[in-house]
Amino acid sequence: MKLKKNIATSESGFIFNPATGDSFSGNAMASSILLAMKNGEAEVTIKQNILQKYEVSPEQLDRDWDDWIVQLKEANLLETGSYDGK
Amino acid sequence: MNKLKYERPYIKKLTAGAMNKFGSLSGSQPFKFIDNVPVKSLVEAYGSPLFVISEKHIRRNYRAAYRAFSTRYPKVQFAWSYKTNYLNAVCNIFHQEGSWAEVVSGFEYQKALGNGVPGNKIIFNGPGKSKKDLLLAVENDSLIHIDHLEELGLLLPLCEGLDYQPKVAIRVNMDTGVYPLWDRFGFNYENGEAWRAILKIVNSGKLKLTGLHCHIGTYIQTTAAYGVAASKMAALAIKCNTELKQHIEYLDLGGGFPSTNTLKGAYLPGTDTMPTIDDFAEEITGTLIRAGFENDDLPLLILESGRLLIDDAGYLLGTVLANKRLSDGKLATIVDIGVNILFTSFWYDHQVSPADDYSPTVENTVIYGPLCMNIDVIRESVNLPLLKSGDHIVIHKVGAYNMTQWMQFIALRPAIVLIDEQEQVHLIKAAETLEHIETNEYIPEHLK
Amino acid sequence: MTANKYTNLCIGVTGLNANDNPGPGVAVIRALKEGLGAGVKIIGLSYESLEPGIYMHYLVDKTYQVPYPTAGTENLIERIRHIHEKEGLDMIIPNFDAELYNFIKIAPQLKKMGIHTLLPSIDQLLMRDKVNLAAFGRQNNFHVPGDYKLSTEADLKAAAGELSFPLVIKGKFYGATVAYTLNAALNAFHQLGAAWGYPVIAQQYIKGTEINIAALGDGKGNNISIVPMRKLYITDKGKAWAGVTIEDPALIKLANSFAKATHWNGPYEMEIMRDGEDHLFILEINPRFPAWIYLAAAAGQNQPVSLVKMAMGEDIIPFNEYEAGKLFIRHSWDDVVDISEFQQFSALGEL
Repeated sequence: MKLKKNIATSESGFIFNPATGDSFSGNAMASSILLAMKNGEAEVTIKQNILQKYEVSPEQLDRDWDDWIVQLKEANLLETGSYDGK
Repeated sequence: MNKLKYERPYIKKLTAGAMNKFGSLSGSQPFKFIDNVPVKSLVEAYGSPLFVISEKHIRRNYRAAYRAFSTRYPKVQFAWSYKTNYLNAVCNIFHQEGSWAEVVSGFEYQKALGNGVPGNKIIFNGPGKSKKDLLLAVENDSLIHIDHLEELGLLLPLCEGLDYQPKVAIRVNMDTGVYPLWDRFGFNYENGEAWRAILKIVNSGKLKLTGLHCHIGTYIQTTAAYGVAASKMAALAIKCNTELKQHIEYLDLGGGFPSTNTLKGAYLPGTDTMPTIDDFAEEITGTLIRAGFENDDLPLLILESGRLLIDDAGYLLGTVLANKRLSDGKLATIVDIGVNILFTSFWYDHQVSPADDYSPTVENTVIYGPLCMNIDVIRESVNLPLLKSGDHIVIHKVGAYNMTQWMQFIALRPAIVLIDEQEQVHLIKAAETLEHIETNEYIPEHLK
Repeated sequence: MTANKYTNLCIGVTGLNANDNPGPGVAVIRALKEGLGAGVKIIGLSYESLEPGIYMHYLVDKTYQVPYPTAGTENLIERIRHIHEKEGLDMIIPNFDAELYNFIKIAPQLKKMGIHTLLPSIDQLLMRDKVNLAAFGRQNNFHVPGDYKLSTEADLKAAAGELSFPLVIKGKFYGATVAYTLNAALNAFHQLGAAWGYPVIAQQYIKGTEINIAALGDGKGNNISIVPMRKLYITDKGKAWAGVTIEDPALIKLANSFAKATHWNGPYEMEIMRDGEDHLFILEINPRFPAWIYLAAAAGQNQPVSLVKMAMGEDIIPFNEYEAGKLFIRHSWDDVVDISEFQQFSALGEL
């Protein structure tokens, strides 16, 4: 899955989608994942980094990742078709 | 290396009318202890869900209510409303404090007797008393509050051959300016029905009319309504005295005082808007004192308050089972508490607190129970920190009605514990088992 | 009179929603800045992130988000304490009906923190409540339209029978719709009930000229200021979009009778309908400044400034003159800011 190209993220956790005009704020975890996604890191790499740094089980992270993707889709921040065709 | 605390990633759309963390944290402070007993240890020991009742809180509520009335009026008696919560342990706390029993069925009557309440301290209310129930009440010299003429018809033959007059009151309904008018119970004041019932009782010569009873509604949020009720009751009592030479010993103003729960559809939270028991006491006692009773002849004032005395002494502990996203992206949280054990969630927006530490991010969620039923909704919309499965929650102010109106449906009913004044935990009702449910079931031979 | 005492005050003001259903906050601030000088520090208190006042940096020094009234007084006081620590508030002027109950409740705590307010009592607030207005009018010999409290659809049918169409259907705190049919009335009933709770009120429709009075009561039965305004242009939400100050002793007398009957403390607005026979019907009493309050200042009676001085303990000599024939024309104007301002306010609650 890929973030839409022109999504603007700020250091303080704000996200602006210039295509739709929507703004979002995210928690610290959301901000760091978004940054990684913008840098083109793969899902598996992002997850590995989180597991190394944070106190969370792989199972929990997998469930939350699915939820995260649903949130991004709902927010219209993903390239169309980039997740469904995974 | 110590790992960092994890929080699941979450983004929130920023909108014009956004609910925000400043407007929404209400009620979601972590609530880890009930009377210094850790929520976690309670769930571990007695399972989840679990009802918890605080004895300390009950006694505090009772004493505050008793003080509110007794400092303003010379003769006050509380009678514990059994239907609000008839766990024997709970009833006995109230009886220890000095409450009589107020029952509305033969079943509740038996419970009161079983709890050692003397017959003459049991008030028997309700529209559904059977002949057998009435006979028992007559034999025990209880206070029978007559609801309709059929009941009077049942009662009169039971008095044949008695060498004493059973004590009765009538229930009176009236317009106190509150909606809805509870005119389905008792005899109407305004149209003269109550007075006609009084005449019938007095003229029968077989019953002793000792009191008058009313109960104007439930969750009454205005003290003025009680002022109206007290003045109409007083007028009726004085009329009995002057016109019938019938001395009315007590006025039972019933209950109906609200707890501080927030009703669905209310704009401001109940904790800020509900009148206090002192406000109600001031209105009721002030009205009675000014009503024109002869000197030193004020009737005993009986109160049957239930909800007010027990609601906030009850907690319901539960566990998060799962989170999921609904089709519109809204978060849904599934917990192990269903509406079958939390009836009051149909009319209250119950306060829900996480029982564990949490990070500051909150998300709006709908809380569903575990029943396979669309109506199983505990809160339609509440802002909570990001909970995960296995986290515990505490639902507040559930002491009234839930432990009597709960039903066994789909799942079994949970245990109930009492935390005493020394902060010791006692199991006062064990969790239901399959055996309990099936013990009085029978299978016909051909279906075995 | 020394103005110095007031030039450096820090005043919190709510009601920054200068939109098509405007709150009075921005007009109050304009009157304060004009009367007390530019040195006054204005702290905006806003509920939502697109209240225009938040972005008017030329009027509002800083804005903080505050919890909705539904969150209760505990959350409100906690938030104000936080703001007070940063800004050192001298006073708060609440401008929404729906928040007043909470502000009145916490006023003693605010006082202890050194934050002044000038508010009616809870009893005064309840007596003029839409739900109680008719009874209040009957008791005090004011003309008040007949009304009916609605909790169910059946009540609405009964109300229609008693008062007959058209009916004005009103929300407990805000919102009013003139309904000409039962269907329209039902829609309004459900909508207003869902938004503001029950009961909803059905009020007899009075035909006539709409007049509003902005007044400031001293809490002892007198008014410090009274300015009547005739609405000249009314939006489809029933809001004045243009209006002119008028002079009529009957209106002054009405406001004075109201102050005498209630001992009203603080600002209020009387919404009046003058019918064909010159009866002055009180349609509503708003327990706060109206959105057009700057007109009162422009006509010679700066009520927000008087309010501040009264709240700070000064004895105020009542105004006795204003200029009739001052006209206000409201207009829209687009302020432009960067999206980051919106983001910051939405997410962090401060700007």
